[in-house]
Amino acid sequence: MNHLPLIIKREYLTKVKNKSFIIMTFLSPLIFITLIAVVAYLSEMNSDKVRVISVLDESGLIKNIFENTDHTSYNKLEDMSLEDAKILVKEINGYGLLYIGDASEGEIDLKHITFYSEESPSITLISALENKIQTELTLQNRIKEKIDIEKLEASKVTININQESFQGEKTSKVDSVVKLVFGGAAGYLLFMFIIIYGNMIMRSVIEEKTSRIIEVIISSVKPVQLMLGKIIGTSLAGITQFVIWLILVGVLMTVVSLILGIDLAQMQTPQQQMLNQAMANPEANFEVQNIVVAFFNLPLANLIIAFILFFIGGYLLYSSLYAAIGAAVDNETDTQQFLLPIIMPLILAVYIGIFTVIEDPHGTVSTVFSFIPLTSPVVMLMRIPFGVPIWQQALSILILVGSFMFTVWFAAKIYRVGILMYGKKPTYRELIKWIKY
Amino acid sequence: MNNVLEVNRVSKYFGDFKALNDVSVSIPKGSIFGLLGPNGAGKTTLIRIVNQITIPDSGTVILDGEALSQKHIRDIGYLPEERGLYKSMKVGEQAVYLAQLKGLSKEEAKKRLKYWFERLEIGDWWGKKIQELSKGMAQKIQFIVTVLHEPKLLIFDEPFSGFDPINANLIKDEILRLRENGATVIFSTHRMESVEELCDDIALIHKSNKILDGKLIDVKRQYKINTYEVGIKANNQSVLEKELHERFQVSKANFKTLEDELKLNIKLQQHEKPNELLNYLIARGDVSHFVELIPSVNDIFIQAVNSN
Repeated sequence: MNHLPLIIKREYLTKVKNKSFIIMTFLSPLIFITLIAVVAYLSEMNSDKVRVISVLDESGLIKNIFENTDHTSYNKLEDMSLEDAKILVKEINGYGLLYIGDASEGEIDLKHITFYSEESPSITLISALENKIQTELTLQNRIKEKIDIEKLEASKVTININQESFQGEKTSKVDSVVKLVFGGAAGYLLFMFIIIYGNMIMRSVIEEKTSRIIEVIISSVKPVQLMLGKIIGTSLAGITQFVIWLILVGVLMTVVSLILGIDLAQMQTPQQQMLNQAMANPEANFEVQNIVVAFFNLPLANLIIAFILFFIGGYLLYSSLYAAIGAAVDNETDTQQFLLPIIMPLILAVYIGIFTVIEDPHGTVSTVFSFIPLTSPVVMLMRIPFGVPIWQQALSILILVGSFMFTVWFAAKIYRVGILMYGKKPTYRELIKWIKY
Repeated sequence: MNNVLEVNRVSKYFGDFKALNDVSVSIPKGSIFGLLGPNGAGKTTLIRIVNQITIPDSGTVILDGEALSQKHIRDIGYLPEERGLYKSMKVGEQAVYLAQLKGLSKEEAKKRLKYWFERLEIGDWWGKKIQELSKGMAQKIQFIVTVLHEPKLLIFDEPFSGFDPINANLIKDEILRLRENGATVIFSTHRMESVEELCDDIALIHKSNKILDGKLIDVKRQYKINTYEVGIKANNQSVLEKELHERFQVSKANFKTLEDELKLNIKLQQHEKPNELLNYLIARGDVSHFVELIPSVNDIFIQAVNSN
């Protein structure tokens, strides 16, 4: 008798009908969006405030370069000492005082450019000021040295190095970033999915143990069937939840953006802004066009197939371990010691993905970890956008499937014995012994 | 084939621990079979082997003439000692689910559940969740789920725990009725008075070994102590008592009488007949009480376990 569909159906329906599951499904996106909206709103308010910066230029060389903008207004001070200026700025409650020292010999003593303020000024502001003064002084120097500025500008060359693999695939920096985002998203999604729904499976096994229904059930069903039914049913509930989340976040994002007039997707943190500045070469990179081209340059078919295979393989591998842990213990507090060895490789995989794959997608570390079954799903998913030979992918999947089957066998053994064991917290040695029962 | 279940030389080890050692049990069709033994003797392991939850290391189990296999799951109904139900699932839903796992169709399960719910007067529980019910109520539902698919073999492990006397009686009557309808019942319990009342056959397991089995009446004969409870009124009771002490193995007895009789338990030798004792007594006084002492299951249990 094959009861698998029946068990899957029950597991799925119980999960989906569960009140806290429903609440989480609909509340999480709401909380998520609300948080983003609040942050966006606050930073918008923050940037609405005009910063007043007083400038005291004793050199007289650079007073004309400061122009008021929406967010910053410059207040030029003249004919007063530094001490008086400091007092004045404090009195008018200004953001800060930029002091440029005397240039008696026609050159500014660079040590004497100082920004005084009550609190530490923002890094972006300081770099902006530095940029302005630097440009202005460079220009003045060039004029002084009688350098033909137009010729100098005309002689400048902008370079974008084209990248091409020996097989003739062309790439660029944009490509790399797009690949990174794709691989990262896929790997991270798997990571989150395993953590959230692995735990759910574990809890549902523990629930069957603590409610003592388990012996009734396994007098009708093989424990392996029950375990697989649980894993599949919970996963389907998880996919349902994930899809609802995606749709809700999408819809809510649009709604909130329309209401508040803030483009949430475009919102950037200061860090991102700085990163963009650092990578600046604005005329060439990060145009929508380039991103779209880069997207279609990805090995899309390969990516999708690999994503599905590694996602399923990796998820099943981990969830059977979660199920085994649930069977081995009596209550959730006892799970910690067994969870650690599961979560460690998972976190390791994500770190390797983030730090090593980005730096060197085909290096030894990345390659090795994309074959080790517990890390391979995440690491391989991050590597694939950079182009991984099919034989490597196939081998990795083969290893994954092999270890998945081993884990299910192993987990089923522990499950079979564990679900009927009550009262004591098992040790690892006992778990090994159970396999021989 | 007269036996619905035959367990042949079954052994089971858990690591170094021997849970069952070469145990054989035969359960006659239509009987109520008491599976007895102290805690940790191996009863539950044996029951789990019959339910195919645990696989024996050696030995065979034959159900209705066939080696035990997956298809026999629907022929067995099992009420484990450690039992429970899904707390947050509705009573009706989970009863249907459990019945489906035993191979009933959804419609059939619903139909039979309606019948049983009415029979045990719990019809209005269908939409309730288990966590809203008392322990006794949940036990009733578990009982129904166990018998719903009308199995040939019913296994009850401490079926009366958690029931008040009225409901325990109700369940006892249902068990007897199921037996009349052709089911065989294995009954594992520590309540010896229920064994006394219900069981036709018993087996006693102690420290992984079967130390005793057979028809309850045969077992009692085997443990017969040849002792008679006697009440006698004589002119000089202390003289008589002294005389009896010299002639037989005698101990004080305790039972209710109307007069001030001499109350004794008198044990006979193997070759002596009760009539000889009775004649002997009649010659010496007025016998008002003469009963053979039958060993209770409780006595047999304690004696068998202690002597092993």
